[in-house]
Amino acid sequence: MSTTEIRFSGFGGQGIIRCALITGEALALHDDKFATMTQSFGPEARGSACAAQLVVSDDRVLYPYITSPSVLMALSQEAYEKYYVELCDKGILIVDEDLVKLRGEHPNLVVWRVPATRFAEGLGNRLFTNLVALGFFTAVTGVVTADAMKKAIPGWVPSRFLKINIKAFEKGYDHGVQCMSGKSAS
Amino acid sequence: MNQKAEVEIKAPLAGVLRSERMPHIWCPGCGIGSVVTCFAEATKRSKLDHDKLAVVSGIGCSGRVAGYVNFDSLHTTHGRAIPVATGLKLANPDLKVVVISGDGDLTGIGGNHFIHAARRNMDIVVICINNFTYGMTGGQVTPTTPTSANASTTPYGNYEYPFSLPFLADAAGATYVARWTSLHSRNITQSIEEAFQKRGFSFIEVITPCTTLYLRRNRLGDGVDTLQYYQNNAVLKHGADTRETAIDFQGKIIIGKFVDREKPTYLDSANRCNTKFIGDDYQLYGKTPPEKEAEEAAKAAAAAGAPPA
Amino acid sequence: MNIVAADPKGVDAGPHFMDGDHAIAEGALAAGCRFFAGYPITPSTETAERFAERAPEVGALFIQMEDEIASIAALIGGAWGGQKVMTVTSGPGFSLMLENIGLAVMTETPMVIANVQRGGPSTGLPTLTAQQDMMQVRFGSHGDYNIIALSPDSPQECFDLTIEAFNLSEIYRVPVFIMTDETVGHMHEKVVVPPASEIKVVERNLFKGPKEDFRPYGFDSQGGHPMTRAGDGYRFHITGLTHNERGYPVMTPEQNKIVLTHLIEKINGNADKIIRVEEDELEGAEVVVMSYGITSRIAVRAVQEARKKGIKVGSLRLITVWPFCEQKIRDLSSKVKAIVMPEINYGQIVREVERCAAGRCKVVSVNHCGGAVHDPMVILKAIEEACQ
Repeated sequence: MSTTEIRFSGFGGQGIIRCALITGEALALHDDKFATMTQSFGPEARGSACAAQLVVSDDRVLYPYITSPSVLMALSQEAYEKYYVELCDKGILIVDEDLVKLRGEHPNLVVWRVPATRFAEGLGNRLFTNLVALGFFTAVTGVVTADAMKKAIPGWVPSRFLKINIKAFEKGYDHGVQCMSGKSAS
Repeated sequence: MNQKAEVEIKAPLAGVLRSERMPHIWCPGCGIGSVVTCFAEATKRSKLDHDKLAVVSGIGCSGRVAGYVNFDSLHTTHGRAIPVATGLKLANPDLKVVVISGDGDLTGIGGNHFIHAARRNMDIVVICINNFTYGMTGGQVTPTTPTSANASTTPYGNYEYPFSLPFLADAAGATYVARWTSLHSRNITQSIEEAFQKRGFSFIEVITPCTTLYLRRNRLGDGVDTLQYYQNNAVLKHGADTRETAIDFQGKIIIGKFVDREKPTYLDSANRCNTKFIGDDYQLYGKTPPEKEAEEAAKAAAAAGAPPA
Repeated sequence: MNIVAADPKGVDAGPHFMDGDHAIAEGALAAGCRFFAGYPITPSTETAERFAERAPEVGALFIQMEDEIASIAALIGGAWGGQKVMTVTSGPGFSLMLENIGLAVMTETPMVIANVQRGGPSTGLPTLTAQQDMMQVRFGSHGDYNIIALSPDSPQECFDLTIEAFNLSEIYRVPVFIMTDETVGHMHEKVVVPPASEIKVVERNLFKGPKEDFRPYGFDSQGGHPMTRAGDGYRFHITGLTHNERGYPVMTPEQNKIVLTHLIEKINGNADKIIRVEEDELEGAEVVVMSYGITSRIAVRAVQEARKKGIKVGSLRLITVWPFCEQKIRDLSSKVKAIVMPEINYGQIVREVERCAAGRCKVVSVNHCGGAVHDPMVILKAIEEACQ
């Protein structure tokens, strides 16, 4: 049984929860995996910090929460600092390079810095940051297929913004593929 | 009660009262019976389909009304007649739903439901039999007990400010508000008939004597004395400003129809909103149960009448 | 009992990635629920939101009442108005509903109430999980009575058991409770909604005979007595007072015995038909881990670890928590060394286990206060200790 634990984090309004929902749906409905998604609720979910967790497995997920994540996507400084310490050895850390200043080298982790916000602004609105980051995540982690993600996105974004969201996803995905081939993980 | 009187009462209202449940539990001189008589009379006079009329009451002396009227009737919990009536009306909009209960039930423990049903303009008729006291439990103070009146839990006189129910109902949004005393039986009957015709939250308050408790505790004589008091102190003032309808201890009682306005009911608004959103084929509950049944009956009739294949 | 296929209008068939709260709303719509009265409370609100969003297209009605007391009162009205009805709440709201849960029991009114449990007492832990209302649901309203309570362990089961809850409530004319928790309520997983034709729905048993023969109740200690709805011309009367079969008050000890026996025995006497449990390797087990709801998933992890260590451990998951599977525990307790019971409370259902085991085996409560699920290792440790 192979289990992957993923945490998506950032601040409220970035679409962090949506990242987890899209990925979870892609895995559970289109990639034939088991996926269980949980999120923070209550005042903490309304404030600045925001996190959602996904447990992915080939078999039924029993324990719904994450204990030793192997992937962390952090789109804010606060989220990065709060969560990177939990990452397992050789865990993948994905940060927005303009929003997160790394505290060091993290030799035990695979660190990816993606200009998600900048790319999103290039597409016309920083609201698409999450989809850019998600595309990048899809490319560099290989946890989920891009096909499945594209099938899942329509259910979680307003239809009038579907095209631009797919574009944002592809932008991030292509950048991720490029980075992977260039082994430019820093 | 002698048998002759009973027979006389039975005859004209048979069909709308559950005669097999008589005699009722109310004390001699109590005003609840008068209100029930008016209600029964109004149902007989109105053109309403009696099978589509439902009565809901709460707890207390007035809460027992539901048990004596020969309609679909629900005797619920203390204060909750209005939300039960709300559910009933919304589940089957063809019904005319009437709440009959007391002042303590409707405006004390059930006060929150009262104002919210009025605010939503829920299409129900609420008749409040206001005798200024909790009768069933032995004469305690209620939200309508006039200041200085004696009750078993205000043995030295009531020092709270009472609600004026017409003002409360008006402020909360009721579309029909009237007040009478149990002396004014013709007016009560007429008001109930009007409320039956009205679409929206209709509120009728009837001031009634509680002979056993309120009158005795306050040394106000018997039922006849109270009717005399109503006769001398009721002031008919249709359209009165409801802010001026407060009742002081043994003071003037402003009576009449105070509010009669039109506005969409809760269901009107809900249906309009949903039609706007869903389109013209929006239909709450799909076909209504009678429509469905009519359809089925027609089908069965056609099947029965059709020549064998 | 009239079993029909679900009305396709309410069935959003296909796979979804959905949380337990939403799945409850979808289950209700699939089961034919067309009237929902509710009041917002964390962590159950998403059910109300989902129902409110879907209601117009299904031809259903959602109303947000002024409080939970009004919500359940409206359900009683709604059910006697002819609809299948439901509400959803959590601890504080559930406490407010208790009085009218009693009225629903007394008037034998079918309805479904979901309690998405959170930590208590009082406001407690509004956003965090618990299983602390398991005794309240059974005994919380005053007087003696009986109900049915189901406990789903996943969003899929939230959907499935909500349909079952509606069906049971129609068969036995009793409020049926979905006792889920914040974790399952807020957890997203794959939920497959089958096509309407594959969903079995129990229709309300409405009386069709002559008016003079109509009785709203039949005190035969069975479910299934036909009811009616306002507007059908039967002029029913219902009351919370002790009543006769016509629904009229009869306030005597003799009548109370008749009514009470019926209310309790219609569930107890049919317990075998109602109760559903999930068993795993009970045969030859030394220790059995017994659990329900989210805790059962955590427990499986512990059970797997224990088996790796060579411990003969079985597991018993309660899908139906009330009525309690008394006979099962009596039988089991004479065959095993110990029953280990983790619950996210200070030890509630374990009392029932102790009562039924009656000293024939060890009963170990792995209690856990509200706010989080168990650490599976804690359950494992209890298993190891229990088999020594």
